[in-house]
Amino acid sequence: MIDIDTVTKYFGEKLVLDRVSLRIAPHEVVCLIGASGSGKSTLLRCVNRLVAHDYGTIRLDGVAVDDPRFGKTGLQKRVAIVFQSYNLFAHMNVLDNITLAPRRVHGQSRAEAEDRGRDVLARFGMAGFAASYPEQLSGGQQQRVAIARALMTRPDVLLLDEITAALDPELVGEVLAIIRGLKDDGMTMMIVTHEMGFARDCADRVAFLDGGVILEQDTPDRLFGTPQEPRTKAFLQRIIASGRL
Amino acid sequence: MIPTAIGGISVTVVFGLMAWVVTSAEQWPRIKLQFFNIDAMIAAFPRVLQGFWVNMQVWLTVLACVLVWALVLAVVRSLRAPWFAPFRLMVVIYIDIFRGVPALLLVLLFGFGIPALNLPGLPNSGLFWGAVAMVLSYAAYVAEIYRSGIDAVHEGQRAAAKSLGLSEWQTLRYAILPQALRNVVPALMNIVVALQKDVALLSVIGVRDAVREAQIYTATTFNYSSLIVAAGLFLLATIPMARLADYLTRRDRERRLQIAG
Repeated sequence: MIDIDTVTKYFGEKLVLDRVSLRIAPHEVVCLIGASGSGKSTLLRCVNRLVAHDYGTIRLDGVAVDDPRFGKTGLQKRVAIVFQSYNLFAHMNVLDNITLAPRRVHGQSRAEAEDRGRDVLARFGMAGFAASYPEQLSGGQQQRVAIARALMTRPDVLLLDEITAALDPELVGEVLAIIRGLKDDGMTMMIVTHEMGFARDCADRVAFLDGGVILEQDTPDRLFGTPQEPRTKAFLQRIIASGRL
Repeated sequence: MIPTAIGGISVTVVFGLMAWVVTSAEQWPRIKLQFFNIDAMIAAFPRVLQGFWVNMQVWLTVLACVLVWALVLAVVRSLRAPWFAPFRLMVVIYIDIFRGVPALLLVLLFGFGIPALNLPGLPNSGLFWGAVAMVLSYAAYVAEIYRSGIDAVHEGQRAAAKSLGLSEWQTLRYAILPQALRNVVPALMNIVVALQKDVALLSVIGVRDAVREAQIYTATTFNYSSLIVAAGLFLLATIPMARLADYLTRRDRERRLQIAG
């Protein structure tokens, strides 16, 4: 499904991704873990071209993400992203937030987009909030709307960038429950997360990034149980010490 | 209750003293005759008021043009596509020039200079070209205000729009500008008030506004009370606008605090 092949990315002089390769099969859920600044969010953003990588190739079903065949919006329709800070449009209500792209980018009528919008909202328990503005919602509710917005175009791949990191602890569960539901539906996902417990029981595979390199990738049981690399061990021990695993 | 009373008494005493000092000065009767002559004021009032009506019409027209033209400038300056570079540069140069040259000079240059050219197909009135000069000058400031509002919209909003497939123009139109404009309302209100009185600059090119009419009266009677009438009319217009600006600023701050809290 997604084939990341020796991708390198510099921010100015700084090397943030160093010949990273990673393959994600259809319906697979891959969690990216690692310390802040290890390049995991950048890798995620290269997949939907929010960030343009410098060297290497990223392919979606065999077609490079920078291939003109995707046109201006083809990639964004198939690969959606949810951000840490929700990034809902502050001046629009919930329904307008999630129907903006279907209407303005994909040419759906208002009625068509809003019908689907209400369905998606209902699925995430947000049916009663269509007319609410983001500032009137809790963090967990905002993140559920952001997920709904990402799913409006029926993407094949969902990228999740630390989507629970900005939430109060008691709100994390409601968002993670949605992600588990999406996994059960067979959604292909790349997930950057600090929630090791979630990575452990939701991921098919976990990749540990350090200094822009994937040091180790394996099933969650093996990576968390018997990590091979000293740096992975050290990272996991720090996490255990802080009580997050 | 008691602090209010003390405040009231204090204001009365201080202002009373000041009024007494001024009116008991040796020169006061002459000042009163020159500047606050009731008969002269009444005589000048109709014409000054008529001129003031011109001021208000020019103000609203120029204001509408400034808000639109400045938005065009700000949008061009904030588009990031590489091939837009020459247009961005043009806007930067425009803003440098029109913000750097005194508005009065522009009014003289346009208001006297262009009608003298007798350009075919273009209006020949000093009023028109003077107003154009005001628009060009004020738009430079307002464009910078718009731009600060655009820059203040969180980068995450752009990332979200881009990730949803919106083009750069759609991102500005649907995601960035509505938020940017709401952010800059308080700053714009100060410009609105400043423009309200600066339109009097057009009097120097012969536009018969309140100031010009008052000057004409002064020139024939050697009495300056007509200028005080014009000043009073400007205050009547600008003080409510300034209060409105304060109110909008306060409301905006409360809105931000609510979001932050």
